Amino acid sequence: MDYVWLVPFFPLIGFLLNGLLRNSLSKPLVAVIGSGVILASFIVSVALFMQVKAGTTATVTLFDFMSWGDVHIPFAFQVDQLSSLFLLIITGIGFLIHLYSTVYMKDESSLHYARYFAYLNLFVFSMLLLVLGANYVIMFIGWEGVGLCSYLLIGYWFKNIEYSNAAKKAFIMNRIGDLGFLLAVWWLLSKTGTTTFTEVFAKADTLSGHDLTIITLFLFVGATGKSAQIPLYTWLPDAMAGPTPVSALIHAATMVTAGIYMIARSNILFTLAPYTSSVILVIGTATALLAATIALKQNDIKKVLAYSTVSQLGYMFIGLGAGAYTGAVFHVMTHAFFKALLFLGAGSVIHAMHHEQDIRHMGGLSKKLPVTHLTFLIGCLAIAGIPPLSGFFSKDEILAAAYGKGMIWYVLGVIGALMTAFYMFRLYAMTFRGHFRGTHEQEHHLHESPAAMTIPLVLLAILSAVGGFLGVPAVFKENAHWLEHFLSPVFEKSTALQVTHDMSHQTELMLMGVVTALVIGIIVWAWSKFSKYEKTNEESTGIGKLLENKWYVDELYEAVVTKPVNALGKLFGKADKYGIDAVVNGLGRSVQYASRQVRLLQSGQVGSYVLLMVIGMILLFVIQVFLKK
Amino acid sequence: MPINLYIFVSLALFAIGVIGVLTRRNVIIIFMCIELMLNAVNLLLVAFSKMHLAEMAAKLPGATNNGVDGQLFVFFIMVVAAAEVTVGLAIIVMMYRNVHSVDVNFLNRLKN
Repeated sequence: MDYVWLVPFFPLIGFLLNGLLRNSLSKPLVAVIGSGVILASFIVSVALFMQVKAGTTATVTLFDFMSWGDVHIPFAFQVDQLSSLFLLIITGIGFLIHLYSTVYMKDESSLHYARYFAYLNLFVFSMLLLVLGANYVIMFIGWEGVGLCSYLLIGYWFKNIEYSNAAKKAFIMNRIGDLGFLLAVWWLLSKTGTTTFTEVFAKADTLSGHDLTIITLFLFVGATGKSAQIPLYTWLPDAMAGPTPVSALIHAATMVTAGIYMIARSNILFTLAPYTSSVILVIGTATALLAATIALKQNDIKKVLAYSTVSQLGYMFIGLGAGAYTGAVFHVMTHAFFKALLFLGAGSVIHAMHHEQDIRHMGGLSKKLPVTHLTFLIGCLAIAGIPPLSGFFSKDEILAAAYGKGMIWYVLGVIGALMTAFYMFRLYAMTFRGHFRGTHEQEHHLHESPAAMTIPLVLLAILSAVGGFLGVPAVFKENAHWLEHFLSPVFEKSTALQVTHDMSHQTELMLMGVVTALVIGIIVWAWSKFSKYEKTNEESTGIGKLLENKWYVDELYEAVVTKPVNALGKLFGKADKYGIDAVVNGLGRSVQYASRQVRLLQSGQVGSYVLLMVIGMILLFVIQVFLKK
Repeated sequence: MPINLYIFVSLALFAIGVIGVLTRRNVIIIFMCIELMLNAVNLLLVAFSKMHLAEMAAKLPGATNNGVDGQLFVFFIMVVAAAEVTVGLAIIVMMYRNVHSVDVNFLNRLKN
């Protein structure tokens, strides 16, 4: 497995080539390099995965990264079940999205085209580093790297001031989380003297409950930043300012799942800290519901998907909080499939509509965009949780785990799932059903996207449809949950500590049936309701207005955080200007004044110089003789 | 002769030199006063050297060059003073050629 370094190495090469030669490379060459390196990575990842599947795992140390006292932090990669699975998701979906981007971004000038692919490759490199790192420090390098790339790609069209503000927002929100991550790593280092995963987890039960709670809470703060949970989720919807494939890759399929990966990786710490797990459960549920309610009333096709992503991430955290680590990772995987699919489908729609993103101006696109329509429908069904599509299995597993934690979590989760079905089919019906509500010119130009865009859509649709069979619950077939079996070595210690409340198969089947029936009912309702949608100028009122304005959370943050911080900044600015600057300037001015006075002594009269010299000598003499003794 | 007398003479010479430098404006006189100060120091050096000669001889019997470093300095000072005189007089000559005077107060052209 020594060749594992090749996996992040290829994207790094792609980044350097595209980044440094952006002025001279032609567009097709950039596209070939950009996508080719990811494909190469994917092939290596498959080889690694095959080896892991056969039962070999390894930690490959490349060199000593940092070393002081008794602490050694090697630059090491850990290849095990969890990381190899993530490698496949990142490079596989990453490749499809690169392929899609080659066409989607074709209108950019060749310099910016190369810049785009350079950023995208750098992102994949950082993400691979994050996933492969065998200790928290290497993970943190990747963690920061993906944050940086996210910033660069959200602000890709940096000439638009709103977009670059969105980029800054994402970066700052992430930084808040990163501080939590760093504090956790330092705390861990001071208590265990190591950051290497295997060593930390081996020492996990020697840590006091107090330490564990603090460490895991700080880690979770890191995860809320990266994975867009309450209270740091507001950056993700704004991140839709980036190009659509970026939203698909970074803000849906991979980067935002970094927090889930990190918690799944540190599962034993979280299992030993029940308080943190409860916090995660509460935050996850709250996020899932809050984001779902906002998504109900959004009219921007990408915003709906963005809030849906936040909501689905909430589900993953419910899974983590309830101790269903496999379920969370399973949902990461299936979500990566169908959310990447939905975003790319949305990109295809936006492409066809000439950068129109408002679904009120769409409608009836199903005939014009048959491939996009069909794949998008599969994506919607998958996310809504219709059996046997992938979303059903993963969401069901998480809901079952929530049921084990208490009826209330289950009910809230189901409400969220129903809302998911509603807003997804509202989106679907308003985009593809009914009649076209855009301008004539747009209607005239409507066209299906080229093959490089539809092939990824089809492949992702197939994955979204069948991906769920990797985790068939025991209620249908005993021992058919391949993923659980595969990941069991990673979660072994946690599983041993957990008390499982298995519900009877009968209850499970019944609940499944009821939820599915409800979801289908909601879908039919939303479908029929919004197929007949007509443009109105009516302002929504009451709760609708509240939802349309996203619960005014941005305004709340503006008032509670941004404004006071700005005021504080202004205050410090004044203190700096009138306090510190005054002292410094005063010193300078007094020295100037003094020297102007002293300058008068330089009269040019040799006699006066000599006189001063003699007086000085006499003074020295006096000091020497009379004062020293 | 007691050492005090040498010191008094030397001090007087030095003070005359200093006062001469301070009060006179003629460059040549100032120059001579500087020489006077140098020689006051020379006198002192020789006097102290002689004073220490006896006790050094007692400390290190057999050595022939004990306590002569003070006198050596005197020679150095004389040589340096001679060199200085050549340079100084040359400057004075050049000054006289330029401003037709040997008054130091003419040497304030760099002022302002």
